Amino acid sequence: MNIELLTLSEVVDVNGQAGNFTVTVRKNPRYIDMDKCIACGICAEKCPKLVKDDYNLGLSRRKAAYIQYGQTIPLKYAIDPETCIFIQKGKGKCLACEKFCPTGAINFKDREQIVTLNVGSVILSPGHKPFDPSVFDFYGYGRIPDVVTGMEYERMLSPGGPLHGHLEQPSNGKTPQNIAWLQCVGSRNTNKSDNGYCSSVCCMYAMKQALITETHIPGGGRQTIFFMDMRCHGKEFELYYNYAKDKNIQFMRARPHTIEAGPGGVGVKMLYSTEDGRKVEEQFDMAVLSIGLEAPRDALDLAEKTGIRLTPYRFAETGDFNPVASSKAGIYIGGSFMGPMNIPSAVAHASSAAACAAADLVSARGTLTRKKTYPPEADLAGQAPKIGVFVCSCGINIAQHVDVTALTEYAKTLPFVAYAENSLFSCSTDAQGMMGKIVKEKGLNRVVIAACSPRTHEPLFQDTLKELGINGYLVEMANIRNQNSWVHQKQPEKATQKAKDQVRMAVAKAGRIFPLAQMEVPVVPRAMVIGGGVTGMTAALKLGDQGYDTVLIEKSDRLGGNAWQLRTTARGEPVRPMLEALIAKVKGHRRIEVLTTARITSATGSVGNFTSDVEADGEVRTFSYGIAVLATGAAESVPVEYLYGQDDRVVTHLQFDRLIADDPDRTASLASAVFIQCVGSRDENRPYCSRLCCTHSVKAAVDLKTQKPDMAVFVLYRDMRTYGLNEDLYKKAREMGVLFIRYDLENKPQVSRDGDRLVVRVTDPVINRKIAIDTDLLVLAAAVVPNDVADLVSIYRCATNQDGFLNEAHPKLRPVDMAADGLFVAGIGGFPKPLEESISQAQAAASRASVILSRDVMYLDAIKSHVTEHCDGCAVCLDACPYQAISIIAYAENGRTAKKVETDKALCKGCGICQAACPKGGILVHGFTIDQLQAQVYAALDLPN
Amino acid sequence: MSSAFEPKIIGFLCNWCAYAGGDLAGIMRFQYPSDMRAIRVMCSGMVPPDLVVEALNKGADGVLVMG
Repeated sequence: MNIELLTLSEVVDVNGQAGNFTVTVRKNPRYIDMDKCIACGICAEKCPKLVKDDYNLGLSRRKAAYIQYGQTIPLKYAIDPETCIFIQKGKGKCLACEKFCPTGAINFKDREQIVTLNVGSVILSPGHKPFDPSVFDFYGYGRIPDVVTGMEYERMLSPGGPLHGHLEQPSNGKTPQNIAWLQCVGSRNTNKSDNGYCSSVCCMYAMKQALITETHIPGGGRQTIFFMDMRCHGKEFELYYNYAKDKNIQFMRARPHTIEAGPGGVGVKMLYSTEDGRKVEEQFDMAVLSIGLEAPRDALDLAEKTGIRLTPYRFAETGDFNPVASSKAGIYIGGSFMGPMNIPSAVAHASSAAACAAADLVSARGTLTRKKTYPPEADLAGQAPKIGVFVCSCGINIAQHVDVTALTEYAKTLPFVAYAENSLFSCSTDAQGMMGKIVKEKGLNRVVIAACSPRTHEPLFQDTLKELGINGYLVEMANIRNQNSWVHQKQPEKATQKAKDQVRMAVAKAGRIFPLAQMEVPVVPRAMVIGGGVTGMTAALKLGDQGYDTVLIEKSDRLGGNAWQLRTTARGEPVRPMLEALIAKVKGHRRIEVLTTARITSATGSVGNFTSDVEADGEVRTFSYGIAVLATGAAESVPVEYLYGQDDRVVTHLQFDRLIADDPDRTASLASAVFIQCVGSRDENRPYCSRLCCTHSVKAAVDLKTQKPDMAVFVLYRDMRTYGLNEDLYKKAREMGVLFIRYDLENKPQVSRDGDRLVVRVTDPVINRKIAIDTDLLVLAAAVVPNDVADLVSIYRCATNQDGFLNEAHPKLRPVDMAADGLFVAGIGGFPKPLEESISQAQAAASRASVILSRDVMYLDAIKSHVTEHCDGCAVCLDACPYQAISIIAYAENGRTAKKVETDKALCKGCGICQAACPKGGILVHGFTIDQLQAQVYAALDLPN
Repeated sequence: MSSAFEPKIIGFLCNWCAYAGGDLAGIMRFQYPSDMRAIRVMCSGMVPPDLVVEALNKGADGVLVMG
């Protein structure tokens, strides 16, 4: 209700300043009235004009009247003016869509409109453009049929794609058996493309495609990934890499230089050199080019209109300490317009932009929001079910394949049905009005809608009932369109029979449903932030700036955490001044209360209303709050190898940062320095990648070379993971003469003392020789280890992964929410990440939290578990519940102590695993009780119940 | 088995995945046999095993629990 979508629109101009922008938007014509379109697809079916389907990258065709894909939002068709016969050729031509559209939604008089919007903040999230590999003639893309891009391959693999997931070789239509992926096509390359950066996502997507391919080919086939460095730097990505190796995906460290067509134009011949210098020519059925990400096509144009600055790669310029702020106040960047990033980073980044945009608008908050109100609900207690059945024709979508007249007549014969009718479109405003009238007139107290999916339309019909003063949960739907008429188009009789069964099942359930109340939870508008590092402070600041009282708890005696030991960001911005300013702001903020030497000792309640005891300086205080952000952080591990602790010249990253900051003369006097990567990461004990060390080492190497250009600097690594724009730093380091030597886990460097000399021995795979390096300094990229959060895990009943990092609710789509509502995670306590990414997550957590804190009352869905009189406290359900929403309580009954369980409605997600586990019907889920499910089973089998 | 055999299949479909997939199959007009009767549930884990057995005992030829 509070989001207005402008589709087919483009920004013409942005004027004004933070707090008061005027945005001019051109709305291009859709030629289909969105209010009338019911997405039945008849326009597309009747349209005679076939054109290339952009969504499937030209691998299939669509009509000129189209939707991009099945999940399009809004789900409304559009007419493509570039290809529509009528629009192109004019009067007297075609108009098939107009003729057949059942709702009269086609409007060829639709014209471009200019809309002016007055807004306070602007967020730019135009995404990225996939790299076009046709500039590389040596890959043969566009010339050799069996060379495809990763994007095209993605569509080919998709069950919803042009091949329905049945993989085919483009040249001959056969199932390919032997497929090669080529990494870094249009990334890490300044020859022919200007993309020096790493696109950050391709290693993972190639691996995913290889693994899925394995399941799509009978016998599994053979998959080979050609790579320079496998960059699996995200949470649990290394685990996935190990899994792929276990599944026999071949990883070949080589960069094929030429692809030629195979014999007879089928397959490809690939030429490459292996690491040990052998020249290889190998045949594959297909080659997939793992294309990278580029700035969007209209980046320059958008920058000009909005007045923001771009980087040389044409991504939006942002600051390290506010990674969503563009160069212009009030304009924020969300997602890959800032630089290549994967889904979880982009989602967090977008939330982060929302937090900043909202903080700017705090003085006007709530002034333009809309809220719906309903009449009080009538009490229907004790009334026998009186069911009305409304059968929808959906134009001809349903009526064409299901005999709706017979269905309506049939419905009238079912028990408790007092009324049944058929309408052309049950969802139209007119039909809704009529339905309301009939419900009132006939005194109906249950409604069955036989139409489309409850997933899309139940809220609409619930709303209709609520407007009549009837509980919204008294509606039941029979999905006779998506799951019937659309999928049984050639079997009208069977479809009609199925529709009757579906209606009978819905009526059977409707007879057993009752009004349900949405629980109201008053929200305490206070935030609890645990952890006073940069992440925690940033989250607290954004929450405070939005006007929420915030308690910031730090276990040590000072704020700042790891940042005290960091010198600069990867791009060279000094950390200390930012840190000191941040601490001063947090301490001076009137909304933020800082407690140091503090810890939480208890937590009760749930989303909107938690209560905790906090022990600070020996004193216990109790706070109530609506949400909590867990910014518990991580630490640098203590290495147990490479003479660490036995020789002063062996230091960790953080020690190095202090050294170069405190004693630059010493570092400038060194003749040589060696960095060893993955010290305690990516091994048996800690299988994960610590993400930030590659960039940190490269930055440190560059700094040393800057101090003293003739210093011999070596980096011993397994895969250089300078992902995204950090790749520039890697390139710079090589240009400055830093030597990078790769080693394997099986053949790690050896460090020894030879008299006073510190010697590092390693095998260089390029020259295939053992070398010994005398070094004055050895810097170890010690693994990042999460701080111990066992106490918080038990207090909040949340979870960590196998490595001890706090878990998010969903690894892709909800990267800062935790599984329990009202809890958020940000920073390196969730996974290792550099400062700027931690700041992005902190702001994202503040944004997600404010969704809850901005309301006085939260309404929880009524589909929740409840305990019945059959519960005897056996507690089987306690362990079954994945949300820890069930607890056991003792109570007195007839002078004895009895037990039963109790559910916490705020924690319960209504999954009903408890109901399946309970042997005696002691716990059920509203709206999906065993009785209701059983009624549907009996009705499906046409048995009396 | 004769080709005329038309099984009665009860499908318990998780609202968040299988049922959504059923809806999407509709949008994409995938044609499939009409023998299943779907019951929407909020999680495939909420289906009591007893009910699956009961459905089979009462004449269902098959029960699909999808989630």
